[in-house]
Amino acid sequence: MAIAIEEVTLPKLTNEEISRYSRHLILPEVGMEGQQKLKAAKVLCVGTGGLGAPLALYLAAAGVGTLGLVDFDTVDASNLQRQVIHSTATVGMLKVDSAELMLKGLNPNLNVIKHNTMLTSANALDILKDYDIIADGTDNFQTRYLVNDACVLLGKPNSYASIFRFEGQASIFGAKDGPCYRCLYPEPPPPGLVPSCAEGGVLGILPGLLGVIQATETIKLILGIGEPLVGRLLLVDALGMSFRTLKLRKNPDCPVCGTHPTVTELIDYDQFCGIEKPKDLGPLEIAQNKAVAEAAVVDGIPQMSVQTLKKKLDAKENIFVLDVREPHEVPIASIGAPLIPVGSLAARIAEIASHKNDEVIIHCRSGARSQKAALILKEAGFTNVSNLAGGILAWADNIDPSMPKY
Amino acid sequence: MKIHIPTPLRTYTGGQETVNVPGSTVSGVLAQLTKDYPALQANLFTPEGKLRSFVNLYLNEDDIRYLPAKEDSPTQDGDELTIIPSIAGGYCCCR
Repeated sequence: MAIAIEEVTLPKLTNEEISRYSRHLILPEVGMEGQQKLKAAKVLCVGTGGLGAPLALYLAAAGVGTLGLVDFDTVDASNLQRQVIHSTATVGMLKVDSAELMLKGLNPNLNVIKHNTMLTSANALDILKDYDIIADGTDNFQTRYLVNDACVLLGKPNSYASIFRFEGQASIFGAKDGPCYRCLYPEPPPPGLVPSCAEGGVLGILPGLLGVIQATETIKLILGIGEPLVGRLLLVDALGMSFRTLKLRKNPDCPVCGTHPTVTELIDYDQFCGIEKPKDLGPLEIAQNKAVAEAAVVDGIPQMSVQTLKKKLDAKENIFVLDVREPHEVPIASIGAPLIPVGSLAARIAEIASHKNDEVIIHCRSGARSQKAALILKEAGFTNVSNLAGGILAWADNIDPSMPKY
Repeated sequence: MKIHIPTPLRTYTGGQETVNVPGSTVSGVLAQLTKDYPALQANLFTPEGKLRSFVNLYLNEDDIRYLPAKEDSPTQDGDELTIIPSIAGGYCCCR
């Protein structure tokens, strides 16, 4: 199936372009006309991170005429483990600017349109409307649902890929007569069940693998060749190197793309996903990464600052500090606390039962897992449990600058 | 029959990617699965015992929601059940 690129007048190719794309032109499945379709195509990359990096690079290399880039973020050194479109030299730069440098360096013919903004219900329709295909490379559920709904409302195909640790998914949503993201996942998970970015971790190559799959599907749609993943979900398991496809059906009762849609305009996706609105800190992702709880008490658990913990330790107060990270994190940075990973805590409460009435302070890397652990202990009858706000990262920032941050 | 466990839930199955569980229907197999690995219960099911909506179950290639008998679909030894949670970048809906 192809998408509706204006075939009336396809743009001509210059001699330089013909020479550049020769390996495409000599493929019968592409040829001059296919290359012209690529030049005429306008693709929007939502996110220029793990998925967006390989996606945008390969689309630029292939000769897509116009690439829109949506990203509000700046390049951080920890991005470079996987976001190959950025570089050490561009750390600190806006991601859209950094990406543009690499993309234009690769292919000066490319028309890059930068949207240095977070995609929201207020701007999504306006931003998406001028593109032919949307490729969603974001890392949060709110934007996934937002992009999905906007694509269905605008009638644009959504080249979808998502990753977690060693696994990925890919599909095409929003194609005519095809399913959309909500056909697969009608509801987002409640935020309480979602670990923060930091805990997930990801093998750097994984978004590389899936991003190129996304680019492949996008190019197939533009050229109208092969069988795009419409109505199929590709599951990639990098550790087993296994690729499986499962059938995806269009749900006739889907609230967005079904026969009687109830969602006919973009909604409040933060509310939909049960996420609190970001405060002054800015976009949600940044607020979560810098997880410093501004509230003194969250869900009944007092939040303790690292400064207060330091005072208590220096004064040799009778406190019990518990580290709930994973064993492989301890060698990176530690404040010497005993370790019970949060996943095993419920099963191992007996080991710390003697501290039931002591002042217990729990820490992890950034303060998210330790908050969960605190709730587990409170549930189990511990009477004085606090969460170390900001975790060991806050300790490295405020108390011990020699400590590595990860 | 074989059940494919997604990465985030493998901590509850001792790291195994696939487990073998007997049963003659999908719901029977799931009940046995959560009996063998109790920590999976809260991740897969609501307190009322319904499958969580952001977890999809596939019997071989088919989403069980679209099978005529849904969770009561009969299963055979050679069948495979796959659990697919909703994922988005660094986030996963279950752990």
